[in-house]
Amino acid sequence: MTDRNMAKAARLKQRYAAEARFKLYGKLAIAAALSAVFFLLYTIFTAGYSAFWRTQIQSEVTLDANFLKVTPQSSNEELARANYLGLFRKNVVENNPDIKSRSERRDLIQMFSESAETDLRDLVLSDPSLLGTTQKLWFLASSPVDTIVKGAAPRDIEEERRVVSNLQLRLLDQWTAEGRVGSTFNINFFTRGDSRNPELAGLAGALAGSFWALLVCFVISFPMGIAAAIYLEEFAPKNRITEIIEVNINNLAAVPSIIFGLLGLAVILNFFGVPRSTPLAGGIVLSLMTLPTIIIACRAALKAVPPSIRQGALAMGASPMQVVLHHVLPLALPGTLTGTIIGLAQALGETAPLLMIGMFAFVVDIPTSPLESAAALPVQVYLWAESSERGFVELTAAAIMVILVFLVLMNLLAVIFRKKFERRW
Amino acid sequence: MFPYLLAAILLISLSGFYLGRKQASNLRSQTKLHSLPQYHGYFIALWCGIPTILLILLWTALEPILLGSLIRSHLESQSGGLTPTDYVIMTEEVRNLAAGVALGTQDPLILETAEWMRSLQQSSQWSMVVVTILLAMLIMAFTRSKVAPGFKARHGVELLFNGFLFISSTIAILTTIGIVLSLIFETFRFFELVPITEFLFGLKWYPQIAIRADQVAGDGAWGAIPVFSGTLLISFVAMIVAGPIGLMSAIYFSEYASPKMRGWTKPILEILAGIPTVVYGFFAALTLAPLVRDGGIAIGLDVEARSALAAGLVMGVMIIPFISSLSDDVINAVPQTLRDGSYAMGATKSETIRQVIIPAALPGIVGAFLLAISRAIGETMIVAMAAGLNANLTANPLENVTTVTVQIVVALIGDQEFDDPKTLSAFALGLVLFVVTLILNVVALAIVKKYREKYD
Amino acid sequence: MSQKKNNGSLVTKINSSDVRVFYDQTEALHGVNLEIYENSVTALIGPSGCGKSTFLRCINRMNDVIEGCRITGKITLDNEDIYDKGLDVVQLREKVGMVFQKPNPFPKSIYDNIAYGPQIHGLAQNRQEMDEIVENSLKKAGLFEEVKDRLNSPGTGLSGGQQQRLCIARAIAVNPEVILMDEPCSALDPIATAKIEELIHELRQNYTIVIVTHSMQQAARVSQRTAFFHMGDLVEVGDTDDIFVRPEDKRTQDYITGRFG
Repeated sequence: MTDRNMAKAARLKQRYAAEARFKLYGKLAIAAALSAVFFLLYTIFTAGYSAFWRTQIQSEVTLDANFLKVTPQSSNEELARANYLGLFRKNVVENNPDIKSRSERRDLIQMFSESAETDLRDLVLSDPSLLGTTQKLWFLASSPVDTIVKGAAPRDIEEERRVVSNLQLRLLDQWTAEGRVGSTFNINFFTRGDSRNPELAGLAGALAGSFWALLVCFVISFPMGIAAAIYLEEFAPKNRITEIIEVNINNLAAVPSIIFGLLGLAVILNFFGVPRSTPLAGGIVLSLMTLPTIIIACRAALKAVPPSIRQGALAMGASPMQVVLHHVLPLALPGTLTGTIIGLAQALGETAPLLMIGMFAFVVDIPTSPLESAAALPVQVYLWAESSERGFVELTAAAIMVILVFLVLMNLLAVIFRKKFERRW
Repeated sequence: MFPYLLAAILLISLSGFYLGRKQASNLRSQTKLHSLPQYHGYFIALWCGIPTILLILLWTALEPILLGSLIRSHLESQSGGLTPTDYVIMTEEVRNLAAGVALGTQDPLILETAEWMRSLQQSSQWSMVVVTILLAMLIMAFTRSKVAPGFKARHGVELLFNGFLFISSTIAILTTIGIVLSLIFETFRFFELVPITEFLFGLKWYPQIAIRADQVAGDGAWGAIPVFSGTLLISFVAMIVAGPIGLMSAIYFSEYASPKMRGWTKPILEILAGIPTVVYGFFAALTLAPLVRDGGIAIGLDVEARSALAAGLVMGVMIIPFISSLSDDVINAVPQTLRDGSYAMGATKSETIRQVIIPAALPGIVGAFLLAISRAIGETMIVAMAAGLNANLTANPLENVTTVTVQIVVALIGDQEFDDPKTLSAFALGLVLFVVTLILNVVALAIVKKYREKYD
Repeated sequence: MSQKKNNGSLVTKINSSDVRVFYDQTEALHGVNLEIYENSVTALIGPSGCGKSTFLRCINRMNDVIEGCRITGKITLDNEDIYDKGLDVVQLREKVGMVFQKPNPFPKSIYDNIAYGPQIHGLAQNRQEMDEIVENSLKKAGLFEEVKDRLNSPGTGLSGGQQQRLCIARAIAVNPEVILMDEPCSALDPIATAKIEELIHELRQNYTIVIVTHSMQQAARVSQRTAFFHMGDLVEVGDTDDIFVRPEDKRTQDYITGRFG
């Protein structure tokens, strides 16, 4: 009898050990998933936060009117056409008289961004009386210098593998000691379009591209989605066609996004002739993908409206259409909007279908309508991620941060909508 | 031209609305109407607007096609003995010239035809304006004459509205039909160039890029088996990661976690579901792939830079919340009475979960896994950024492999030639992808649906 | 208090003193004092929501599962406090089995349904012993003849009455001392009910049975003692014959004569 009791106790101990183990597995699984989230966000943040400022170098420039072949009285057109790049190079070389050889001079000039030319031009255009004076000005450093200053590229390695030459490194250290190296907020990132030079590349073009595409997507999918949901929920007869439509909507929601890209390419671009690379084409494709989300959300919201409301309105002599438009739909609108915002948030992150229809245009200018070629935000991320220059890494991560901020805002908006307007019956 | 015409039509509709409403409210002061005055207004406005706008759209869509064939036959009658391709190029030149793109062509025939085409376009545009505006006016006159006490304007309006609702609901079907038709059509063209048996059973995938225009197409090899196997390998790695983690966290959430813990951990997990896949791709390429590579080297394994392992791991992370939330739903649907029954027998929680809840929820969990696999197979950006480009027939996750979606991207991201097997191969691969994911989804949804019915 | 002899031969199996149950802030049971005797059937009756099921679930601590449920007072089983910190709820439930209102066979075969308990508690050393336990349990539940040819088909395929007897067999298989039954016949037709009642009668030889029922006739048919609950109070307890023939409390009388409930 005691033997049996002891065996039983041992067995019970075993069972509780198994219980503890199983619970531990569950905790480990959640810990693994959570640490994946944090690791991901941490990686993006550490790689991207430095993109929000840029290294700049102070340099003395004599705005030599003779060299530019202009006078303060010259017309704006003449002033704009003058050779500022030459002027800048001349100044930089003269400021460093000890550097003589051609290749060294090239190294020297390449420490500055190409934007020095437009900076000087803008300065002279804004105040022609500065011509002939000598100014201490801050210029954007080129991307390799920037990455060295930020520590994003290793500096203590042999010259061949380093992004800057020995000379450039020496000058950088010298200038840093003289207090001529500073940093500034990277306004270009938010105001400019794409560029081959990381220090000049901005997200504004992609932001506009995504904005237009989402606008088109919303304009198409929101009314269509509501209309489809109303039909299926309120008017559709229970027959085979309705059933097929319902199954279809559910399946469409699970079709891989790249297939929608193929559809867009074959039907929307090639058959209907919508111009390639435009937010219009992108928005149409995205709207087809968002439609099921909106339909499903709107149907759920319609379903939640109690039948008593419908019966009450019908009893007043309203036609079925009036019942829906005057009573049911207004009550279902908050739920539908919540679903729509979530659908648009998904659309904002879609990349593959937009690649298929060519929304990866390299556009320096910011598109001002849905009919101009553009890239979308996530596509811009893809393009920058595939660039080999080191300076684009931080830009990619920063662009991801911008997308994530938008997604958080949209989801927050959806939550607020739900909390504020959704009525419980 | 186009916006002005549209504005004109809208203006006519709007005035139709006001006129109709006014007319009806005048009537109402004398007698009882079937429909409210504004419905008479809507009736006129809608009937003026919709048919004419549809006509404008149809006209704009058909005009280039009709003009194109007209130009082509003109060109053919004026110059003989040229290949069809030449005519295509010539028609295109004419079209561009007529649109005002300077080409520098001196061919008198083309210049003269372009001039002719421009005049044709002009007359077509003007006749469109005249015809549509006349049509709108006519309809307005006719519908206004219908305004009468007994006229059921509201029914007419509601009928039109109902039509709009119905058409909207068929968009989903039209989309599916569009997908199926476009994939099948282009796939047929692909199989005219490449034998279907080679595609389905060939072991070498080598999509040659035609460098010269006259290069013989089909130089490459089009055996898709390595592409399929690569897809399966990466999806397999992903499921190895996501399956246990997703399922165990779902179990923990539904059976162990306190409401408080559930309240803050679940939303964090759901962040994973909301992150765009391109972000995962960047993460895989920037952080995880080097990590996996260095880790492999540290323990003496030869890991390639774009290994299937790295891509699969990241894809697994992406799928975790998907499996976890689907399984959570399924587990929660298991009736409490079964749990009570098991606890009343003296079973511990884990015994109850393993021996009662999981078997009861198994169909639903299988459904969730099938949906997750379908998601993994169709995922594009992670593999496009972190997996390889070369088709490599291997089961070793440390090597680099390519996937169906990567090959679609590769085939279509450059220049597209719709008579080149490289471009067309994307559609054949797309068709396979569509069919496989569709089957997985249909089966999974059917299983889940049946499972729900069992416990409802 | 303990080992109190009553009516000569009866031994107290379960003793509850001042048991109160709270769901969050609401008090569902207001201090129940009840003795349950070994090898007898005790019926708990009363109108819906009177707390009889709540009390039943206290006896094998099934209320632990419910969020926000709190219990004060003391319940002993063979003089051991079942809410003692050192007591293992798993072992308690091995001794106190339960049959629920709605038959809830596990989604497994008939055989596996019965084998589940002995397996988790390690009652069988080998397959042969397990076969014996299954067969005996089914026999005791009076189900063996009906299902002996299809032990491997799912338990959910049986009829409602058979399912409930399967659940009883499942409870018996771990060789408990007490069986709690929570309205075991409410989902069954009269013929199946009769079979279960017959079974309860036989099981009394070996087990202590507590049954919650809303049918007074059933209580009168199967039980030796009856406890009447009303609005969370234990109003009256006594021999079944006494309760039904000579109720002391007015509320009991009203209930059994059908004035309410």
